[in-house]
Amino acid sequence: MAGSIRASTMTEGALWGDARRRLRGNRAAIAAAAFIAVLVLAALLGPLASPYAVDHVDWTLSPLASPPSLSNGHWFGTDSNGRDLFVRVWTGTQVSLLVALLATAVSVVIGVAWGATAGYLGGRVDGWMMRVVDVLYALPYMFFVIILTVVFGRSLWLIFLAIGAVGWLTMARIVRGQALALRQREFVLAAVALGLPARRIIARHVVPNVLGTVIVYATLTVPQVILFESFLSFLGLGVQEPLTSLGRLVAEGALEMETAPWQLLVPASVLALLLLALNFLGDGLRDALDPRLG
Amino acid sequence: MGSDALFDVRDLGVQFTTPRGRVSAVREASLEVRRGECLAVVGESGSGKSQLFLGCLGLLAAGGVVQGSARFDGQELLGPDAAPRRAALGTRLAMVFQDPMNALTPHLTIGRQLVEVVLDRGLLDAAGARARSLEVLQSVGMPEPEARLRQYPHELSGGQRQRAAIAMALMTRPDLLVADEPTTALDVTVQAQVIDVLRAARDRGLAVVLITHDMGVVAGIADRVAVMYAGRIVEMAPARELFAAAAHPYTAALLASVPRLDTPLAGRLIGIEGQPPAPGDEPDGCAFAPRCASVLERCHRSRPPLESHENRSVACHAAGAVR
Amino acid sequence: MTETLLRVRNLTVRFPMPRARLVGPRPWLTAVNGVDLEIEAGRAVGLVGESGCGKSTLALAILALVAPQAGTIEWRGQPVRHDDATGLRRMRRELQVVFQDPVGSLDPRMSVGESVAEALEALEGPQAAAASRARVGSMLAEVGLDPALHTRYPHELSGGQCQRAAIARALVGRPRLLVCDEAVSALDVSVQAQIVNLLADLRRRHGLALLFISHNLAVVRHLCDEVAVLYRGRVVERAPAAAIFGGPRHPYTRALLAAVPDPDPAAHARARVPELRAAAAAESVAVVGCAYRPRCPLADDACRMQAPRLEDAGDGHLAACHHGRVRPPAS
Repeated sequence: MAGSIRASTMTEGALWGDARRRLRGNRAAIAAAAFIAVLVLAALLGPLASPYAVDHVDWTLSPLASPPSLSNGHWFGTDSNGRDLFVRVWTGTQVSLLVALLATAVSVVIGVAWGATAGYLGGRVDGWMMRVVDVLYALPYMFFVIILTVVFGRSLWLIFLAIGAVGWLTMARIVRGQALALRQREFVLAAVALGLPARRIIARHVVPNVLGTVIVYATLTVPQVILFESFLSFLGLGVQEPLTSLGRLVAEGALEMETAPWQLLVPASVLALLLLALNFLGDGLRDALDPRLG
Repeated sequence: MGSDALFDVRDLGVQFTTPRGRVSAVREASLEVRRGECLAVVGESGSGKSQLFLGCLGLLAAGGVVQGSARFDGQELLGPDAAPRRAALGTRLAMVFQDPMNALTPHLTIGRQLVEVVLDRGLLDAAGARARSLEVLQSVGMPEPEARLRQYPHELSGGQRQRAAIAMALMTRPDLLVADEPTTALDVTVQAQVIDVLRAARDRGLAVVLITHDMGVVAGIADRVAVMYAGRIVEMAPARELFAAAAHPYTAALLASVPRLDTPLAGRLIGIEGQPPAPGDEPDGCAFAPRCASVLERCHRSRPPLESHENRSVACHAAGAVR
Repeated sequence: MTETLLRVRNLTVRFPMPRARLVGPRPWLTAVNGVDLEIEAGRAVGLVGESGCGKSTLALAILALVAPQAGTIEWRGQPVRHDDATGLRRMRRELQVVFQDPVGSLDPRMSVGESVAEALEALEGPQAAAASRARVGSMLAEVGLDPALHTRYPHELSGGQCQRAAIARALVGRPRLLVCDEAVSALDVSVQAQIVNLLADLRRRHGLALLFISHNLAVVRHLCDEVAVLYRGRVVERAPAAAIFGGPRHPYTRALLAAVPDPDPAAHARARVPELRAAAAAESVAVVGCAYRPRCPLADDACRMQAPRLEDAGDGHLAACHHGRVRPPAS
């Protein structure tokens, strides 16, 4: 009972106030969140700090690919075409984050709607809806993305739509499992007994109670999406010039690994640290929001 | 008094660190359990009755600290040396909880779980362990014990699961069994059976601590009763005397609130207005004063100390004026 | 002339069990087996039995939360059908429920005020939402909660307070029948007393009918005009309260009465609790003869060969027992 100390220290239920408090106690997660904030700021402000534009070729350098130096203003060096890497890395970070956030948003919206409906309705509807998911899962998504890229060209919007269209499958499965369990809870039964229509129950009772899990998995999906986009870029299917992404930079840098190592090291470090921080934050969110309901 | 008690608790306190700061769940609790007797510890949710024993056995949740002394057969359980507690817990001192599924592992058969209790500690060999598990299942009145050994917890009914959990606790022939709300989740018919099991074990020489909020259940088994409110013991007496004439108004109110079969049909039940103070929000003076039917002016100002008289203790300014 | 609010006839609810073999008939568990029940306006009917006797399933079927395989349910003379959404909505305005787990029956993500307001809106339509603040407040006060608590979440309240909130949610639409499914079983005894008194008061004030489900006959005694005893999905005894408590005719009812925890040590020492051989886990195999036979002290050959039917001994007291007319032994 809530009157006893046990209840208040174990904080059953995942209400936001308790979650925020638990998260604050998790130093790794807080450090990770701070780091990501710094990274985002750097990504937004970095290009403004440098005198160079993202696609400006600095012909004064010889050779064009020059290592990081403080004197010539190329703090991260330049790439093989003489473009400033500092600006390109932060611009690339902006693009990677944008793609990740938008793609994750798409997969969350579709995945939650699909999974919550399937899980709550159960029975045959659930069976068919999840069969669709199973079939889509079986499709080789790489193939699917390549076809889309060939048909519609390589636009930024297409990239995140393609990634989102694949990412919602796992989210749907996870949400469906939670919704299936929620269906048995007494407060859902009470809502049915009030005569609430299914869509109201799903929207007001099922979705808010799966949000904890959804937030955690969304935070852990973001690094996956960034990696996937990087992979696409590595294959030459990612964002187009003059836009760049962390993945593209890593791909380009890998080619020059022996002669100009900074071209690989800088974007790869930023990518790796970003992914690490996101994973720490995701872990921390999961611990804070862990639904110990029922 | 005291030195030959099997379980002797002195001035026990339990605190938790909560977002609101340090809060006490149990304060200055002293009690003793003698060999072969059943002590019932009665109180509502939040009274501290469970935390008292969890504290003595070192089973508090994270953030909980315990002070005071708890001696089991002369050995201090709460001292700097954890060895006596580790040696006693699970062998001579066992605990049973409200939800038997907390004690029973879902994916192991009952027989396997019973046998593990003694095999893990090297107390018996495999054949001896199996014989003992049959013996213990029979002693708790489990129907068809041989069949049960091969079954999984989910194949048993609620009452059978609680019997199995009690059997597990009895495998090592403990001297003391602490049962924390063992009947609360069960039907009245099954409740009666579980109390029978505990009473039979008590009659065979086991000391039992029964933690509960239900006075009706207590009447079937207790030799002595300790009543707790807001973390303190407010009354302690032999069971017959307590039921005949409760000295503390809270005890009397608890007794009066039990639904009975000999009252007028469709009569009103006598509840206690309001609710216990949340830990950390106890008022000055007596914690029960805001809800007490026999309250005096001084009850709001000063907290009554626990005073002993013959074999009874009570913490109340108005004691004796009740009933 | 009191209206019959609820009439249940020959209700049967079955659940499919997991298959033991790949081929062959699928085993079914019959949770409710041919039950008849009536509740008139303003009456409180107690439904008593142990876990697994089907009382909760019966409640779910009455509330149209579970579909029966056979039998009929009539609400105020109209049959209740699962495919009739309008009819169901009309029924739900007048038939509400309070569940066993006080904290679990409230959405943990909604404050109790929001839960009650949602009920108001669901039952009376969106136009009720405008006046809802006032009505929610007065409903909370009526169940004994400080209206200022409407912003609290279930996990911030005690079990008793949560159950009061659940009662407020159930009654805000002014239903005519309230189903209480073990509504006080999860509460401390003193809180249980408060809630039972609250239900009695609300019933008197609003002429509310009650279907009170419990495993504890002593609690039922304080609320109900009439009691039906359920065993393994069948009604084995049904009578007005005075008859059930004064002269039970079925051995199971007597066993339930004997099991009530009596706060009197002397009584425990005197009484011999009848030997209740523990109920086996639910079986789906049909039992020939009386289902209670394995546990019954009076069982004989007649009980083994033929299942007794629910019969009226002539005074409105129904019992399903071959020995039902025998006077109960002096206790």
